Amino acid sequence: MAAIGLSHYLIVAAILFAIGMAGIFLNRKNVIVILMSLELMLLSVNINLVAFSQFLGDLTGQVFAFMVLTVAAAEAAVGLAVLVAYFRNRGDIAVEDANLMKN
Amino acid sequence: MIAVAAFYIFAVAVIASAVMVIASKNPVHSVLFLISAFIAASGLFVLMGAEYLAMVLVVVYVGAVAVLFLFVVMMLDVDFVELKQGFLQYLPYGVVLAGIVVVELILVVSVWVFPSEADLARAHPSPTVAQTVADPNGPTNIEALGLILYTDYVHYFQIAGIVLLVAMIGAIILTFRTREGIKKQDAAAQVARTRDDGVELVDIQSGQGLS
Repeated sequence: MAAIGLSHYLIVAAILFAIGMAGIFLNRKNVIVILMSLELMLLSVNINLVAFSQFLGDLTGQVFAFMVLTVAAAEAAVGLAVLVAYFRNRGDIAVEDANLMKN
Repeated sequence: MIAVAAFYIFAVAVIASAVMVIASKNPVHSVLFLISAFIAASGLFVLMGAEYLAMVLVVVYVGAVAVLFLFVVMMLDVDFVELKQGFLQYLPYGVVLAGIVVVELILVVSVWVFPSEADLARAHPSPTVAQTVADPNGPTNIEALGLILYTDYVHYFQIAGIVLLVAMIGAIILTFRTREGIKKQDAAAQVARTRDDGVELVDIQSGQGLS
């Protein structure tokens, strides 16, 4: 086992990103799991930012990871609020039926 | 050696938890695996020397976001078994797409030439503040972040605050509703009450009841 380098972290982040993307495809009906998949993708981005920050010796990446963290928290709060409002109106959270604006 | 073992333990934990997040039938289990994934990821952050970000990840994600997810999953009365339908139908597409993306990303990482110390020194003849404070012999991680977050990046810091403020207002407005027919204290109406509203004087004839 060689020493852990930048590529190891980048590959973990790549796999995590792909899992998050697959989650959006596989759970197309369940908005809650889609939001969780988005959180996973943002987490992989954060791993990338921190890895580059550490291995390039520049703390800017960690500051930017803070911004990603903030946006991810805001996105989760607003997304779940939209979900609750949608559930109150429709009694269901199936996104496939979310075509009210089209009709 | 311990660091290498720890990396593989945390990496496997992150990926296994992430797979369980998208594969488990019960969304409550998904949220719990999401928490596990975030804790393992914060372990990776500690290994990379970003201690403060690791702690923030635990506090913000495990403490706030995951609990918010758990709250919403339990509050919504939805038949989650029905929502799981179509999983097997989309499984081939999802796996193929994720496989393509992960292979592409790993190809990019593996053929990319990482800059050497000399290259980095040549690209930045005079190091920026963010680079000088990243020195392992310099200030600790949280101290170094404080040195640049409140000086060079103070505008980003304030923009983050505005983003959170807007998200808070948006979430409140989206879920706010006035329901009819519930008993609720209305201080203004109580203060505005006059004697005539509350008291009625009735003359009662002797020997007769109040009809």
